[in-house]
Amino acid sequence: MQSKTREATVTMPQLGETVTEGTVAQWLKHPGDSVEKYEPFVEVSTDKVNAEIPAPVSGRIRELLVKEGQTVPTGAPIAIIDTSDAPGAEAIAPTESAGNGQNAQGAERRVSPAVRRLAREHSVDLVKLAGTGSGGRVTAKDVLAAAHVARAAPAPRTSKAPVAGETIPFSHARRIIAQRMVESKRTVPHAWTMVEVDMTNAIRRRTAVRAAFERDHGVRLTLLPFFMYAVVEALHEYPLVNARYTDEGIYVHKEVNIGIAVALQDNLLVPVLRRAEQRSLVDLAIGADNLIERARSSKLTADDLAGGTITVNNTGAIGSLASAPIIFGGQTAIVTMETIFKRPVVVDDENDAIAVRSMMNVCTSFDHRVLDGVTICSFLNEIKRRLEAISPTGPL
Amino acid sequence: MAVSVSTTVMNNVEAVRTTLYDALKTDPNVILLGEDIGARGNVFLITKGFLEEFGPQRIVDTPLAEGAIVGVAVGMAMEGLRPIAEIQFADFIYPAFNQIVGEAAKTRYRSNGDYTCPMVIRTPYGGGVRGALSHSVSIEALFYHVPGLKIVAPSTPADIKGLLTTAIEDPDPVLFLEHKKTYRLIKGEVPQGRYTIPLGKADVKKPGNGLTVISYGYYIHQALEAAHALEAEGVSVEVIDLRSIRPMDKTTILESVKKTRKVLIVHEDNKFGGIGAEISAMLVEDAFFDLDAPIRRLCGPDVPPMGYAHTLESEYMISSDRMAQAMRELAKF
Repeated sequence: MQSKTREATVTMPQLGETVTEGTVAQWLKHPGDSVEKYEPFVEVSTDKVNAEIPAPVSGRIRELLVKEGQTVPTGAPIAIIDTSDAPGAEAIAPTESAGNGQNAQGAERRVSPAVRRLAREHSVDLVKLAGTGSGGRVTAKDVLAAAHVARAAPAPRTSKAPVAGETIPFSHARRIIAQRMVESKRTVPHAWTMVEVDMTNAIRRRTAVRAAFERDHGVRLTLLPFFMYAVVEALHEYPLVNARYTDEGIYVHKEVNIGIAVALQDNLLVPVLRRAEQRSLVDLAIGADNLIERARSSKLTADDLAGGTITVNNTGAIGSLASAPIIFGGQTAIVTMETIFKRPVVVDDENDAIAVRSMMNVCTSFDHRVLDGVTICSFLNEIKRRLEAISPTGPL
Repeated sequence: MAVSVSTTVMNNVEAVRTTLYDALKTDPNVILLGEDIGARGNVFLITKGFLEEFGPQRIVDTPLAEGAIVGVAVGMAMEGLRPIAEIQFADFIYPAFNQIVGEAAKTRYRSNGDYTCPMVIRTPYGGGVRGALSHSVSIEALFYHVPGLKIVAPSTPADIKGLLTTAIEDPDPVLFLEHKKTYRLIKGEVPQGRYTIPLGKADVKKPGNGLTVISYGYYIHQALEAAHALEAEGVSVEVIDLRSIRPMDKTTILESVKKTRKVLIVHEDNKFGGIGAEISAMLVEDAFFDLDAPIRRLCGPDVPPMGYAHTLESEYMISSDRMAQAMRELAKF
């Protein structure tokens, strides 16, 4: 023993066989905080999973080497824990590492191939499952029992004979989408509402500036940036919509990072336009176009897909009139732009005048744990107010 | 439409005897050759009276020369006869290794299909009868590596009749293994008249869904005993009788394992490189994502012979109690 000060360097764990890097989503402990062995002290996200990582040793956080939101390769040091005062510190190796996924997960159990497959197929979270096998091992039967319980209302079967058909094997993307959808629907109490927006002015404005814009910036001008701009402004009024539910409380983001849902042939990508609150409408248009273009040409990086705080979904582009979308994991709301269609509406209450206007529904699913209907409706109406207030003429 | 077949109860020795007798009766090309099968009527009295009824041209007492027994049979088979060669004990088969592996198994290929080798080599194998060093060996793993050779190891009298009949009629060489401990121990109903079972088809001797036991020969009976004992403990065990070691019925094995997800393989032959090793490898290749427990093997120990001392012999043999214990552990895993 050379020194009284002992420390353990914690490294970025490998959260999955094919994962090569991880993003520190949130530090749950900060320098000076004491931490118990196995106590979650950092939340790490990868393109596959988000996980709270248990501390490999007991001690006091001396230094955090990675900022929140920063992505580092697996095995890279992320924190130093001072173990000098910890009971049993003598026995701890000075540079105990959590680089091995097994250690980092602490209590993570080894599972058989059948359990792994069945858990994936039935979207059963193994971590939460109590095993009945020897030494508490999760058995295939345990997974099937859990899946059985999870199936609240089994589909009525008219016949036991399988219906003729063929199974399309999951693509990697399909499987991840499936997992995330189930995870979000299972953990987040979704509530839904909708407002109707008169887009006539916005369309006129776009038509007026489109040619010049496309000439100046070389980018197509759609209604999406107008909508995003209205969302950002509405979020300014109702910041609770730009938040994240955590066990400790509601984490309200200071940045507005807008996820833009992009539908591909057999994939659904949600690249994130960061710091939307600092961007002009032109900036939003260029940034969104760039992201969508790169999503379609498979040029997105992991960073492009991380850190979203709210999602915008242009469901109108696929002909939807109203939709009840699933909230992106870790966010509070997803807002849609539905199909714009012309129809007669009453435009002047006093005289009951009717005019043909371009109408669009704006739908949202929101996490009812974070906020209630009154907030979300105010938020949607703020979007509506701002979109309808767009001047039909003038430069951008 | 249910077809009712009259059956006769007999033991395994009687099943072999009946089947050989029927073959001699129905096909004049069938010839038996081996040590002590004529005047002595075979050491287990399987062929007793055959010499008197069929004559020395068809019931051939040979010298103590296994290479010659099989070599002569190969020649007979290539020329259109249906020889059934007997190796008195499987322990004596080694001098015939070249005739079996080098000649019989390769005749069809070597002659580009002009010649085949429609012959059966019957031999009693396995221990548990105080046979010790030279009368207890299991030889299946020595031969199952060889393409061109079929290996059959039935467990019941009915399976013996059905499979031996098919083996005699098969156009290629078949090694027919009879576990000698089952000879008089195992009795069962055997269909009367012509009865065949295709080679390469396993038989689910007992259905179950908690775990699968795969075995053949004598150990099927031990496995069934253990499986019934475990039934009382709430563990449902499926027992698969391979019957044919090669070709092996992968379909039946895979179907069962996909259902139970746990496998115990039992054989008396040595563990290292045994039949269980091949089944394990096949399961890992074809059913990896269905396995919920490591594949378990209960096999003969990797020692040269089965001991003569009672204690050594019973340690070598796999009792139904040991099987039941392994099944319990696997069920609990």
